Amino acid sequence: MAVLVIADHDGSAVRDTTHKTVTAALALSSEVDVLVVGQGAQAVADGAAKIAGVRKVLLAESAGLGKVLAEAVEATVLPLAGGYDAILTPATTDGKNFAPRIAAKLDVAPISDIVEVVSADTFVRPIYAGNALETIQSGDAKKVITVRPTAFAAAAEGGSAPVESVAGAEAPKTTFVAEEMVKSDRPELGAAKIIVSGGRALGSAEEFHTVMEPLADKLGAAIGASRAAVDAGYAPNDYQVGQTGKVVAPMLYIAIGISGAIQHLAGMKDSKTIVAINKDPDAPIFQVADFGLVADYKTAVPELMAALG
Amino acid sequence: MKVLVPVKRVIDYNVKARVKADQSGVDLANVKMSMNPFDEIAVEEAVRLKEGKDHHAAGTATEIVVVSIGVTQAQETIRTALAMGADRGVLIQSDTDLEPLAVAKLLKAVVEEEKPDLVLMGKQSIDGDNNAVGQMLAALLDWPQATFAGKLVIDGGKATVTREVDGGLQTIAAELPAVVTVDLRLNTPRYASLPNIMKAKKKEIAMKAVADYGVDVADRLKVVKVTEPPKRAAGVKVESAAQLVESLKSAGVL
Repeated sequence: MAVLVIADHDGSAVRDTTHKTVTAALALSSEVDVLVVGQGAQAVADGAAKIAGVRKVLLAESAGLGKVLAEAVEATVLPLAGGYDAILTPATTDGKNFAPRIAAKLDVAPISDIVEVVSADTFVRPIYAGNALETIQSGDAKKVITVRPTAFAAAAEGGSAPVESVAGAEAPKTTFVAEEMVKSDRPELGAAKIIVSGGRALGSAEEFHTVMEPLADKLGAAIGASRAAVDAGYAPNDYQVGQTGKVVAPMLYIAIGISGAIQHLAGMKDSKTIVAINKDPDAPIFQVADFGLVADYKTAVPELMAALG
Repeated sequence: MKVLVPVKRVIDYNVKARVKADQSGVDLANVKMSMNPFDEIAVEEAVRLKEGKDHHAAGTATEIVVVSIGVTQAQETIRTALAMGADRGVLIQSDTDLEPLAVAKLLKAVVEEEKPDLVLMGKQSIDGDNNAVGQMLAALLDWPQATFAGKLVIDGGKATVTREVDGGLQTIAAELPAVVTVDLRLNTPRYASLPNIMKAKKKEIAMKAVADYGVDVADRLKVVKVTEPPKRAAGVKVESAAQLVESLKSAGVL
């Protein structure tokens, strides 16, 4: 049984979501190949070849693949699918975009966002915004799976797999228009070891920046936000942690002025250590916090900055 | 332009899902059910395409057909969409919750019958959280797809969609006909007014059966069990920021 992992990368290197998906793939089979789709992505493929346990790296390039257009990825993967019993990709917005398309073409049921591999055909995935876990057994001969990266450890470096080129397809009915990526010196939310996250209590975009940024810089942390803070316009969309935003699991998650709505908890409750600072002692966030501080952020955050030295 | 909007009746998003004691699923008995919130956004956008709200030209959508697959009570969900401004509905009755692949195949059959120029739908339902049906429908139809739409512009035979992706926004243009799945920030759905709720009662809902479409809807996945997620151990309250930092240091976190 061979498994194909479709890599997630930033154009110059594989992201660690790929390493984590390789770990899930290795739980299914020892024959794991990685497909890198992109344009000018030789360096990415060379990087993927260094992931321990990878048998072979396939590199497919085209203009459409450079923008990860779903139709191009689907048409690239389909001719390769015959050689694999399972196709895995991280449950990023890209993976979620193209994986079901591949599954439909193969006439198989996609298995979304797995958090555990029980056996070669049985998986665990969250449903109802993480309020329940579903264990499902697939009856399909071929499986198309997206993997929640935060649920798996990253595969180590140290491999030296060969890299092979394969044909890259285009997306004839779709054209790329523009992209607007947020540039930041801070770590990415999905990869950060520490996240400081702000909620609606902060009251304004200005206050959000004034309070959160110095704290994040002091801790070398990424900044997150609750949906309430994002909807109120205090923080940009891509800061959003929660079922409808990003699902994160850092070593340390510090929630400031976040009450802890169900959908927010679904996005961060797997963090190793959770700290909550909120002036409402009954806020639901305290039910998941390892350390709770009942205090107004206006006094607590400056004190925290001082205590951190 | 004709727009097809698939909608699903799901547990209301304000209700906490409870796992059944026998681990067979989530308890839906006597639980408030509503239209899937992402589908509500899709209905709203379709109605704005018809009315000419936001940047849309009036009459961009000429007819809005709402389709649901589910139990008889899913008529109420369709009725809600009709009260928001959709024109007519189709209910494909099914007493079992079909998998995304089966739903996509049924929707493909509906598309072949209705011949819409655009399928506008939620990016995922908040029960199964699969985020798959729109993409699968597009693949089965060989149509282009634009998922996670935060902005939609219909012009020149194309849907130009700004997608909410990890790390920012991506804008793509898909030739119509296409499938567009919508994200949270596309719009804020309206509440239907009482006169519109009354008017919606007179709108047509065609009642169909799964068997009418001759599609294979057999389950591919077996639910072994549904369980509660592990609970986190109770934490401790600290008295001050200084004590917090001390605790984090002694726990080896900082």
